[in-house]
This record gives sequence, C-alpha cells and structure tokens, in this order.
Amino acid sequence: MEQLLIILLFLPLLSAVITAFSGKSAKYVALFSGVISLALAVFAVANFTPDSSTQFVVNYPWIAAFGINFHAGIDGISMITLLLTNLLIPIIILASYKHAYKHEAGFYALILAMQTGLLLVFTAMDAFLFYIGWEAALIPIYFICAIWGGKDRIKVNIKFFVYTVAGSLFMLLGIIYLYLQNPAHNFDIQAFYSLNLDATQQGWIFWSFFIAFAIKMPIFPFHTWQPDTYTEAPATGTMLLSGIMLKMGIYGVIRWLLPIVPAGVQHWSETAIILSVIGIVYASIIAFKQRNAKRLIAYSSIAHVGLISAGIFALNTQGMQGAMVQMLSHGINVVGLFFILDIISSRMKTNTIEELGGIAKVAPKLAIVFLIILLGTVALPGTNGFIGEFLLLMGVYQYGVWTAVIAGLTIIFGAVYMLRMYQGIMLGKTNDLTIGFTDIQGTEKITLYIICVLVIVLGVYPKPILHISEAAVQHLLEQVNQKLISVN
Amino acid sequence: MNIIITITVTALVVLYAGLFKARKALLPLTLLGLITSLVFVGTSWDQNTVSYNMMQMDNYALAFSGLIIIGTIFIFLLTQNYFAEHSENIAEYFTLILFALAGMIIMVSYQNMAMLFIGIEIMSVSLYILAGIRKSNFASNEASLKYFLMGAFSTGFLLFGITLVYGATGSFDLAHINQYLIGNYKVVSPLFYPGLILIMIGLCFKIGAAPFHFWTPDVYEGAPSLITAFMSTVVKTAGFAAFLRLFAGTFAPLHEFWLPPLMVIVCLTLLIGNVTALFQKNFKRMLAYSSISHAGYLLFSLITLSSRSASNVLVYAAAYTFASIIAFAALILVKQKTGKDDFESFNGLGKRNPFLAFVLTVAMLSLAGIPLTAGFIGKYVMFLNVMGQYQIYLVAFAILNALVGFFYYFRVIAAMYFKEGTELTLTMPVQYKIVLVFSLLITVFLGIYPSVILNLI
Repeated sequence: MEQLLIILLFLPLLSAVITAFSGKSAKYVALFSGVISLALAVFAVANFTPDSSTQFVVNYPWIAAFGINFHAGIDGISMITLLLTNLLIPIIILASYKHAYKHEAGFYALILAMQTGLLLVFTAMDAFLFYIGWEAALIPIYFICAIWGGKDRIKVNIKFFVYTVAGSLFMLLGIIYLYLQNPAHNFDIQAFYSLNLDATQQGWIFWSFFIAFAIKMPIFPFHTWQPDTYTEAPATGTMLLSGIMLKMGIYGVIRWLLPIVPAGVQHWSETAIILSVIGIVYASIIAFKQRNAKRLIAYSSIAHVGLISAGIFALNTQGMQGAMVQMLSHGINVVGLFFILDIISSRMKTNTIEELGGIAKVAPKLAIVFLIILLGTVALPGTNGFIGEFLLLMGVYQYGVWTAVIAGLTIIFGAVYMLRMYQGIMLGKTNDLTIGFTDIQGTEKITLYIICVLVIVLGVYPKPILHISEAAVQHLLEQVNQKLISVN
Repeated sequence: MNIIITITVTALVVLYAGLFKARKALLPLTLLGLITSLVFVGTSWDQNTVSYNMMQMDNYALAFSGLIIIGTIFIFLLTQNYFAEHSENIAEYFTLILFALAGMIIMVSYQNMAMLFIGIEIMSVSLYILAGIRKSNFASNEASLKYFLMGAFSTGFLLFGITLVYGATGSFDLAHINQYLIGNYKVVSPLFYPGLILIMIGLCFKIGAAPFHFWTPDVYEGAPSLITAFMSTVVKTAGFAAFLRLFAGTFAPLHEFWLPPLMVIVCLTLLIGNVTALFQKNFKRMLAYSSISHAGYLLFSLITLSSRSASNVLVYAAAYTFASIIAFAALILVKQKTGKDDFESFNGLGKRNPFLAFVLTVAMLSLAGIPLTAGFIGKYVMFLNVMGQYQIYLVAFAILNALVGFFYYFRVIAAMYFKEGTELTLTMPVQYKIVLVFSLLITVFLGIYPSVILNLI
C-alpha cells in the first residue's frame, strides 16, 4: 500500500514525459494516464479507512542538511481533493479533444505535469514539499495559458504569475520562520502543529499564509488577476484553474493555516469572513452586469469561493464539511459550465450573451445538460451544489446570523443572474447566428453526460463523500480548539 | 599547488602548440590539462595542504576550484569556431583564459594578502586583453579600455587597503591578521578601519556590486559574448570566494564594523541590478544587470556569517554559473544567426528550436529562482540563513526584488514561446549540445537533490 501514493504522485509526471514525445497520439496517452490515475484514486478510496488517521504514508529523507523529507500521506481531507483532481483531469483532457491545439503533445504533457504538482500540494505532510508542489502546479498552467491563450495572453498571464508567486514567496517566508521556530529543525506538519507561538507571531504567520491562499482562491481584494486570466486562458486552462487550482488555496487554509496558527485565525477570522462576504456581494453584483458569459462565470466563481472561505473561517464542523463537499461540487460544475461555454464559443465565435439566443431549439441535448449543470451551480435541492451550500450556510449561520443572511441572499441573487444567462443564451428567439448551431456530439456528449450524472448522483446521495472527510474534519477542529484553549 | 602548476603548464604547452600551428590540438590539450587539474582537486580533498604559508588548499578552496575549473571547461567547449572568426591567434586566447584561471585558483586559496593581490592581477590582466580581442570592433575596444581603467583603479583601492592593514598589523598573513583582531579586539589600530573599507571597495569593484558596478554593463555588453560568459560566471565566482575568505574568515571579529556598510551595498546592489535589468531591451545587457543583482544575493552569505556561509555561496554560485552558461550559449547561437542580441531575436525560438528553447527556459527559471531548479535552492539557502538571524525586513526586500526578477526573465520565455518569429533554423555544434545538456542536468539535479553539494564544505 505504501507504494500506492508514490504511483499516484509520479504516474502523471512519467506520463507527461511520455506524452511529450508521443506526437500525434499524445491526447490518447494523456487520457489513458488520466483514467489510470482515476482508477488508482478510486482504488485508494476503497482501501481508505475513514477515520482521522493519515494513511498511505511515505516518508523518505530528501535534503538532510535542512531537515527536509519527502513526507506525504492521505487523510480524509486530502482524499477529497485527490479524488477531485484525478476525477477532473481525465474529464478536462476529454473536454479538450475537440480542439486542434497546435503542439498538442506539449499541451497534454503540461496538463499531466500539473497534475503531479497538484497532488503534491494535496498530500504533502512536509511544508517544503507543499511549497514545491505549489509552484510545480503553477508553472505548467502558466505555460498552458500563455501559449494557447487569447490575444492578451502575455500581459494577463505575467500579472497572474507574479501575483501568485508574490503570494507564495511570502508564504515561503512564513514556512522558513516556522522551521526556525521548530526545535526539531524540520518541516514536518505535526511538528508545526505542536509549535507554541505567541499571538503576535501567529498573526504574522497568518497573514503570510493567508495572502498566498487568498490570491489563489481568490478572495476579495486579491482577485483582480482572476477574471482576465480566466477570460484569456484557453478553455482547458480555465477549467484547470477554476476546477482544481483554486482548491489549492482552500485546501491550504484547512490543512496549514487553521491548525498551525489557530490563535491567529481566531483573531483574524472576522476580517477573513468579512472579506469573503464582501467578495460574494461584490462579485455577484459585477457578475450581474457582465455581457460576456465566460466573465460572468468567472465572477460567479469568486462568489462561490467566498462562501466556501466564509464557511471554513466560521470554524465549525458544518462549515468545514460543507467546504469539503462544495470543493468537489464546485469543481465539477464549473468545469461543466466552462466546457459548455467553450462549445458555444467555438461554434459561434462569441460568448456575448446578447448576440446569442434560442440555442435550445436547435440543440435540445445541450439545453438539457446545460440546465442540469446550471441548477447544480445555483444549488437546487437534489443537485450536488445544494448539500455543500446548505452546510456552508449552516456553518456561517452559527458564526453570525447577519453574515449568513447576506451570504445566503447573495447566493439566491446568484441564481438570478445564472438563470438570466441561461435565458439569454439558450431561450428566446433563434437568431441568424444561432440557427446554424449543431447539437453536442461525440466526446462533448460523453464529457457532459458524465458531469451531469455526477451532479445528480452527488446531489441525491452525498453521504459517501461526507463520510470520507468527516472524521478528519472533526479531528482537525478538535486539534484547533485544544490549541486555542491552551493558548488562552 | 599541483593544480596551479598543471594549469600553468597547460597554458604554456598550448601557447607552444599554437606556435607550431597545431590548431586542432589546442582544445584537446586544454581540456586534458583542465581535467587533470580537476583530478588533482579530487585527490587533494581533505588533505588541507598549505604551501609556504601562502596558499591553503582547504576544502573551501578545492570546492571553489572545482567549480571554476568545470565552468572554464564549459566555456572552452563553447569556443568552437568562436575565436577563429576574430583572429588567427587562437592559442593566445586559450592561454590567456588558462592564465586567468590560474589567477583565480590563487584567489580562492590565498592565505596571504600578497597572494590575493597577485591572484587578482594575474586574472585581471588576462581579462583586459580578452575583453578586447575583437581588435577592429569599437565596442570591444571600449570594453577593454573601460575594464582596464576601472580595474586598475580598483586595484589601487585594494592595494592601498592592504597596505593600511599591513601598517596596523605588521603582517600580510591572514591567520596573523585574524589573531591580531582577536587579541586587540578593543584596541584595533585606527589604520585598520580605512584599510578594511578600502579592501571592501576594491573587491566590490571586482565583483560588480553597486555602487561600484558602473563598468559592468558596458564591459559585459562590449566584450565578445564568450568572454562575457567567462567574466560573469567563473570570474565572479572566484571573486566571491576571495571576498568571503577574507571577510567571513579573517575579518570576522570586526563584523560589527563592516556589516552596516555591506548591508547598504547589498540593498543597493539588489535594487539597482533588478530595476535596471527590467528596462533593458538587449538580452546581453539584461544578463549583465541581472548578474549585478545576483551579486547582491550572493553577498547575503556575508551578512549572515554562519558556518553555512561558504556552502551557501558555493550552491548559489554553482546554480548561477550553469544557468548563465546556458544563457550565453543560447545568446551566441542566436546571435550567429540573426546578428542581433535583443529580446526580439529570440522570438519564436520555441518553434524553431525546441531543445534550445527548453534548456534556456530552465535556465531562466533557475535564474528567477523557481523550485526544482538549482537557482531556487541557492536563493532558499540564502533566505534561510538571513531569516535565521531574524533580519526579516532584509528577506522581504530580497523577495520583492526576486519578484522584479520574474518580469525580465519571463520576458525571454515569452519571446521564445508566445511570440512569432522569423523562420530561421539554428545549427548547433555538438559541443554546444554537450554543454547545454550537462548544464541542464546539473541545474535540474541540484534543484531536486542538492544534498550532494550542500554538505561539501
């Protein structure tokens, strides 16, 4: 079992190298690797005991001079994100099939290389390894967005890159500081958990980590890179960024921020929640005004992530569990939405809502899957979005009634602009442009059907997912509370 | 001692081989000599040989000797057809590079101030000539003259400083000076302080640290690219090793005096190097300014003065050397084809020559300090050490500078991959391939598994 994690981590990287040299068959190699990874992830879930322990642990000395170990493992929280990554990567690869990207081999190789980086982030139990994974995931997506993106790609992506790297470098500063505080002089997560930092130190560490995570998610006011990057990126890049990459920030908060500096979190959680809620309101208002559908989804994503972040900082089981489920659901839904917009824009050459309309008449299959995914996004009961947002709002409610009311109302408000977008694109009169729309076919159909099934299944029966992370989340919160008691 | 003898003899043999027109034998002979000296580096390991109290071949000296010899081997491999374009007398240039190397070996192993001076002079005089080998080229002549004038000027500072230190302590011997400082900690002669400052200024000139950096961009741009590569990698490493040997060792007891001015120098160097590099349109000039900024990061090791300082400089210097060699090799290849060395000439390289573009990308990532490359480990150890003394503001300042660095390094990457260029295919000689592949492997290997070099000294 010990080798399973090693294979999970490095199979994508190995496949990336093979893919890079496999020319025209690159996309098939990539999909094959993605499916194998997914199968391995499912196998890992099947062999996973849903308690609070860390399983499949690997721990090898790496850079002995600095106490750096290759220490990784999976607990309930990691398992969710690992599952998310390995589930979405094959879907995203499949969703890219219809595009004839130039230099395909490099394109798919970068996706797989990014997968290794993401998995390192989600399983690392050593802060240095976590940081390496954090950057290793960024480089491939930077190239994907900057090589295959739209016409403003160079300027937009350097902003994206420097923004994220700026955040992560200050996180590195925090990590080094913790390392120096650690009497054992290593980067082990358990050692970091048991550090005794005073309130001032915790405050500083909180910000050094929080900014990195807030930029990644993104939380208001660190979000300014996001709409441009999402809009200019190729469809695949947008799906990777919104589906998986932003979960790095959420995961980072849960795994590294809360347990290491609970007093810092407690002191600043109000600020964090206020920022999150401002983000929800602000992004929703801007989304409402968008005419470009891709930009609309980008802003709605900020709103959704704001709710997740507020739920986490509420520091209770409901909020945290809601965040776990919502990470998975949001990943699936947003990938579906961006894929549908990609289908539309590659046929109609536009994403402007006003220029479209009446597609439902000519493409009934698309209309149905679009509606299902959209309902998932607006959290209709019975879809996957509902259970997550319900739990999140419950968590926020326990923190403060008014916060929950504002956040909740905005989510309802979200349903309005989402449905309006649907109405604008799919319903109404079919115009000269949309009359020639061909319905989804081939890989498009397969991809979207898979996503729809996931939306409904997870909505009707979310228990297995909740079960995976429950013990780990409770253990984490106990740890945080214990530490808070000992500090106060 | 045997290392210097081997290198000097090789230099003389090459000179005679040139006299007998054995042009084909020059490179093999040189490489043979350098590899032999590298073997001597290996056999002298842990021996700690002291020669006449003048030079001490401790592991510190050997590790840096090894690095600069390997760097020089790579530079020699890149000479293929390079000098032949400029002149008939290739042997002389080979000899001059080897003499410069001999001087640098002295610079990393000196035990006596006189040897430091001799080492620097042997190296510098060779470099003055090398900078001007394109006799008919105006820029090359300008570079040579500027370098000579500035070099002579800084040597003056250095020499004056050494004299004052001698006046205070009565000795050139490093161990003796160190003893004097420890013994007379409270009553150090007033002559000593200006002496130390003058030595610092002289050495800062040599390594191109701000505000004594003004010669660097012009000289680096004017000199032939290969010589620039040599100057900005191997020579710089040797200069740092000399600096560190003196200040981290001998002058360490007095660090409360020289640390504040050095701190100012570090901050200025980082800021000026990075910000000016940002505005360059010329790749070579950008590399020149970025080399100034890297001098700033390297000086971090002096600020912290821990037991790890030496190994940190070694790691950083190695990372910087191999990444820069890649950058200059790419520059030479591109310039041969396009005749220009601005960023635009790299446009579309990713399509025309994927291998070269990939290697250059890794080099740029390494220079920028992205994880899994040697450059990251180099920056990381520096930051770690400075953080260890809780000079957090300094690290934060360095991080901001590193961010500026991303902009200009990524400009190269952007040009290669994201912009369309003219369809020119580059011909790459096999020796270039060897250098590129090895530099790439070293850069990535040190990034993934730096333990090999971290515990060396």
